[in-house]
Amino acid sequence: MTSELIVFLVLSLVAITSALGMLFSRNAVYSALFLVLNFVTVAVFYLLLGAPFIAMSQITVYAGAIMVLFLFVIMLLGAESFTPLVQAMPWQRPLAFILAVTLAVESIYLIFARARLNTVITAPDVAANSMENLRKMALTLFDQFLLPFEITSILLLVAMVGAIVLTNREKVGYR
Amino acid sequence: MVSVDYYIILSAILFTIGALGVLIRRNPLIIFMSIELMLNAGNLAFVAFGRSYEIAGKSPFYTGQIFVFFVIAVAAAEVAVGLALIVEIFKTKKNINIDEMNSLKG
Repeated sequence: MTSELIVFLVLSLVAITSALGMLFSRNAVYSALFLVLNFVTVAVFYLLLGAPFIAMSQITVYAGAIMVLFLFVIMLLGAESFTPLVQAMPWQRPLAFILAVTLAVESIYLIFARARLNTVITAPDVAANSMENLRKMALTLFDQFLLPFEITSILLLVAMVGAIVLTNREKVGYR
Repeated sequence: MVSVDYYIILSAILFTIGALGVLIRRNPLIIFMSIELMLNAGNLAFVAFGRSYEIAGKSPFYTGQIFVFFVIAVAAAEVAVGLALIVEIFKTKKNINIDEMNSLKG
């Protein structure tokens, strides 16, 4: 048991527990907060994997912006403890559990028995956690991936216009 | 020493929890959160594979991390449109039960 393995196991326990907490909370606000905890844990995994810029974007964009948007909508709609009285398809829940366990067992079996990746992840050196990571990422992004980057900007513009049109349709005047 | 398999297995478990959430929850907000969880599991796998290739010396570029960057941008766009749709459905039907969303007409 090296210290890296202990850190990994503790963090993965936190990640899985918070994901299950997100899934089984009755209150949607608790679900959102569990998901924030999960995102922060995954950000620490990114730091362990030598991706500090992605870790910080994860915290600011996911745990910050997206989850705040979720909390706004949950509290705006008053949907904290929304549970339907009648389940439309009562067989759906046990079937979903069976399928999920099947998927998990299958993928873990395939990864262990067939894939044989076996690369040992070493701790990132000091250079990987300095500005070098950001510099290399920026060079790759604006050299190899310039077209996807520009398409992403168009996608964000379309999403922004779409959200405005959807929530504001009386003033647009087609209804 | 942590093998890259462990990261991929953690990613698979998180993805499975997200898929289970999409199947068993009836609140569309929780379903959106589960989708975010699945995207996040995919991101973790991307970064883990990128790190393993970097250690093996096969890829000098940061392609995995760039893809995570794009996935985060797409997730932000998806959440903006999806939450706008949920708010609009709530304004129309006064309810966001996903079992009652079975018609495209508002």
